[in-house]
Amino acid sequence: MSDLLLKGKAHKFGDDVNTDYIIAGKYTKTLNLSDLAAHLFEDIDPEFSKKLKGGDMVVAGRNFGCGSSREQAPIAIKESGVSAVLAKSFARIFFRNAINIGLPALVCDSDEIDDGDELEVDLESGFVLNISKDIKIPMEKMPDIMKAILKEGGLVPYLKKYGDFAAG
Amino acid sequence: MGKTIVEKIISGHVGEEVKAGDYCVVPVDMLMCHDATGPLAIKAFREFERERVWDPTKVAFVLDHATPSPNERISGLHDMLRSFAKEQGIRFFDVGEGICHQLMLEKGMVLPGDIALGTDSHTCTYGAVGAFSFGIGSTDASGVLLTGKLWLKVPQTMKIVVEKGLTRGVYPKDLMLHIIGILKSDGADYLCLEFTGSCIDDMSMGGRMTLCNMAIEAGAKGGIVPPDEKTLEWVRSRSSRFFTPKLSDADANFVDVLHIDAATLQPKVAFPHAVDNVHPVDEAIGIPVQQVFIGTCTNGRLEDLKEAESILRGRKVNDSVRLLLCPASREVMLEAAKQGIIASLVEAGATLIPPGCGPCPGTHLGVPGEGENVISTANRNFKGRMGNNKSNIYLASPATCAASAIEGRIADPRKYLD
Repeated sequence: MSDLLLKGKAHKFGDDVNTDYIIAGKYTKTLNLSDLAAHLFEDIDPEFSKKLKGGDMVVAGRNFGCGSSREQAPIAIKESGVSAVLAKSFARIFFRNAINIGLPALVCDSDEIDDGDELEVDLESGFVLNISKDIKIPMEKMPDIMKAILKEGGLVPYLKKYGDFAAG
Repeated sequence: MGKTIVEKIISGHVGEEVKAGDYCVVPVDMLMCHDATGPLAIKAFREFERERVWDPTKVAFVLDHATPSPNERISGLHDMLRSFAKEQGIRFFDVGEGICHQLMLEKGMVLPGDIALGTDSHTCTYGAVGAFSFGIGSTDASGVLLTGKLWLKVPQTMKIVVEKGLTRGVYPKDLMLHIIGILKSDGADYLCLEFTGSCIDDMSMGGRMTLCNMAIEAGAKGGIVPPDEKTLEWVRSRSSRFFTPKLSDADANFVDVLHIDAATLQPKVAFPHAVDNVHPVDEAIGIPVQQVFIGTCTNGRLEDLKEAESILRGRKVNDSVRLLLCPASREVMLEAAKQGIIASLVEAGATLIPPGCGPCPGTHLGVPGEGENVISTANRNFKGRMGNNKSNIYLASPATCAASAIEGRIADPRKYLD
């Protein structure tokens, strides 16, 4: 699975960041998934992909990933080297898609995080440590089935291992 | 305590009584994939190293998002879907057949009481026939292709009771924009919206599809209309498959109830760049538009084309406007052609584009120019949605779009209906 301890800098966004903003529809028709990274958040911040460093985290407000069901949205984020997405809430389809591809999507009070803060996420302990502010932010508990899928690194490895959904 | 339609549909599928909040693994009656999200589902399915999908008769593939193919790369993706469908015996709808959601309903592939999934967020449209349907991602779809199942959390239901009739010049699209304006983009997160009341009883199947189609714009998992005689007649004319319609119990547990008096509504317009940025048409009148788009899974059906034609008949599209017309399916286009609706719209100045998603998802055909305003019958107006992040998209009914095409400015359709 993905590492249990994630470390990186916060890139802060507001509420209602939709999947069109994460990756525009015109770029989604490809199977060269690494190509998506260069266009991440392009319509709201054309320079965004240049600001990212491996391990950085996307931090947002309410309803992150609303809109289209395009899985290219979490894929573009993951392909950019982002280690986790933290938000006050996620749109349902994005939340599933992120976990299904092994990208941690974590619900927490993101008001406690500012752009540029250094963060440490311990997936096991259930806390986000804001190193810059020296505070511990609790994360919402994920449903067991999602935790199991994330633990295997996504739905494909999960189903390859268990063959079905029966294993919790 | 009684159950909602969705609780009953899921309970029936899993063979035990479940209620909102329960997690369960459900068998799927129908899975749809299209050209924008299907290739990733196939790619993931290949990783399972399994030869056959669980049941090819319960899968449909549709090419609609970038059709006919605008370039070599997309032609390759189309061919990937075409070949996989052929290899597996999956029902396949090629370029020009129409928009996936229209086809799933029009061809009778989704019936009342079904659990239907699609790799498209507007899969919630099928709630119009009393099915529990919603959008999933490509990897979830690969899991369905492998197992025929999906895990889910049984959603709570919000009841939307719409009483009285819509007045002249006000349509289901206006009603749904009004509802989204109230609920906002995440007001129905994880919920199912159940539309009831005398206005819904009197509404056409097409109108009900428009409502359910946009449930996702309020964050809902799905939208659903209790199946009635109209529904049964509609689906029976399209399918001979057995189905079990479900209705909510009188004492079902609804998380919330929203009451709307349809008679008080006026035409609505969603302003850029959010679907929940809804205003009465009065506040939009006079805003110049350079492109008008009539089509999509929200409003590309025969009655929508008729609605636009009733306003444009004998009139001309303004010189400053490009009017793009995209019927939702081959069947819609053919019927509109037979009834003279296409001829009348083309005569007025419309440009006919092949059935499919057209300019809505911004891949090709009708990409607006920098600084331009578009008014469209689609369901999304996010910045860059139609392929240019320096253009603005307004959403409205086909009638409001038609009236705006005449004036070159956003206009109230009611003045053309007297």
